[in-house]
Amino acid sequence: MFIRVGLLFLLSALLFGLLAAIQYIVPGAGKDIFSFEKLRPLHVSSAVFWILMTAMGAVLTFLQEINQFSLKSIRIQKIQFYLFSFSFIAIIISYCFGIFGGREYWEFQPVFSIPIILGWVLFLSLFFSNNKTLKDKPVYLWMWATGVIFLLFTYCESNLWVIPGIRNRLVQDMTIQWKSYGSMVGAWNMLVYGSSIYLMDKIVGNQKYSRSNMAFGLFFLSLFNLMFNWGHHIYTLPTAQYTHIIGYAVSMTELFILGRIIYLWRQSLTFDNRKQHIHAYWFLYAADIWVFVNLGLAIAMSVPALNIYMHGTHIIVAHTMGTTIGINTMLLLACAFEIIGGRDTTVSIKPNFKFAFLTTNISLAVFFISLLLAGIAKSYWQFNEPSLPYGAMINTLRPYFYVFFAAGTCLTIGFVLLIVPLLRTKHKIMPDGISALTEK
Amino acid sequence: MSNYQWKMSVFIGLIVLYAIYTTVLYFREYKEALPADKLAQTGKIIWQQKNCVACHQLYGLGGHLGPDLTNVYGHKGAPYIKAFLQSGTQVMPNYHLSESEMQALISFLKYTNSTGIADPNTFTQHPYGTISAQ
Repeated sequence: MFIRVGLLFLLSALLFGLLAAIQYIVPGAGKDIFSFEKLRPLHVSSAVFWILMTAMGAVLTFLQEINQFSLKSIRIQKIQFYLFSFSFIAIIISYCFGIFGGREYWEFQPVFSIPIILGWVLFLSLFFSNNKTLKDKPVYLWMWATGVIFLLFTYCESNLWVIPGIRNRLVQDMTIQWKSYGSMVGAWNMLVYGSSIYLMDKIVGNQKYSRSNMAFGLFFLSLFNLMFNWGHHIYTLPTAQYTHIIGYAVSMTELFILGRIIYLWRQSLTFDNRKQHIHAYWFLYAADIWVFVNLGLAIAMSVPALNIYMHGTHIIVAHTMGTTIGINTMLLLACAFEIIGGRDTTVSIKPNFKFAFLTTNISLAVFFISLLLAGIAKSYWQFNEPSLPYGAMINTLRPYFYVFFAAGTCLTIGFVLLIVPLLRTKHKIMPDGISALTEK
Repeated sequence: MSNYQWKMSVFIGLIVLYAIYTTVLYFREYKEALPADKLAQTGKIIWQQKNCVACHQLYGLGGHLGPDLTNVYGHKGAPYIKAFLQSGTQVMPNYHLSESEMQALISFLKYTNSTGIADPNTFTQHPYGTISAQ
């Protein structure tokens, strides 16, 4: 259920994303009904809810494949599901009525944080009641444990602004806000990447990688980045200089990950048993390429002297879109197809899937490049034409926005073609406890 | 030391470092000398309730449909800001703000202007890729 509701949030993110993009090509269109300050949070929060719901669904499903849940755990899981579903849906409705009160990315009234925090606490208790120790466990269990702990902590931290002593000091407030956001993204990535490693184990048919020293080395490197690299978000904020230096230095350790991807490029794309998990394999393949592209950009953005040319421009938007769509969404769709779609015994890709998959990835590439070009043009304006009014500068970016909108439309069509058949599949539980399905 | 103990030591070591870093950041003295005054504090709440950050940025963080407003008070002044708040623009709706709400928002933007300079043009680049504000 988590994954099906997650897929609905993905559809919602696509719909509101397209509506928001219209504002860039027809300024002010429908501003009195659905102005941008409503559409942006509707789009962004839907995307975040898609990632969170599906990541939780993947972790819980895979945990049940490892250890059958007790009846008590299943009850807790249901409560957790309803807490998140109802609060996320209520948040979306509140945005439609223009009810805000929070900050960027969590713009809702802080009262909604109560059921969300309760949901994280239940997730934490559910995880640790089914995994009493991490001794002799593969890396994905360490990653899930870390993700669950840090999601709870960073979510609470992101709400510290409700304390007037913090809220009323802008620089302190923004420092803590971006500290929490940076680590929170790292935390949900732990859930998503951990699930992908579990999935790759299933595809390969052994746990050689997930128990290797290299896997644990990369896990600790990712954890180190989760904790300390967030300073690269706030290089221009006049906060403590050491947060910038720590963020810069720690971010550069990602060069090791990038180098490893290049070195192992061919090996990482070949799995002996891929034909039995063909849909998941294709999404993992796409994510591998998007990791490479986005990690390269992320490392460049983490160098302060380069960051000032990119900060506050559409280059950052390109990076955000590239990571949430190209990496997170591709990996989560791999999990969704594996869990809802089950093992594909036909060992073939249907033409519709192939068309939708290619449409999605090619559109995303065009979408990504158009945002990069718009960002470069905005950066040029910031440094060379500051006297040109903002509105006039935005007008000069319009050709890029037309391409961005056209690519966004194709991207939406591609995703709809992938998601709708998945949502229409009928779920049944196989006798061995592993989920499978039959199509209607 | 067993493999598990080694992994757990690294894990706990990182958690301890993170806890120290977090504590320092929560309790360090921030450069901004005084918290925002009462009117600016109200302005910040209105800023959040109207979700201004969806379109505007502070220190380059926020939406891209409108300009960065960190230093708009210093560059353009209160009457300029008020004109936009009163009637909106082609893209920005008229929020029909009361006089006191507009004054609170202007006071908040006066406060953001006092906290620093957001223009990336004003940063100096150093060898090894670091930067500093002028």
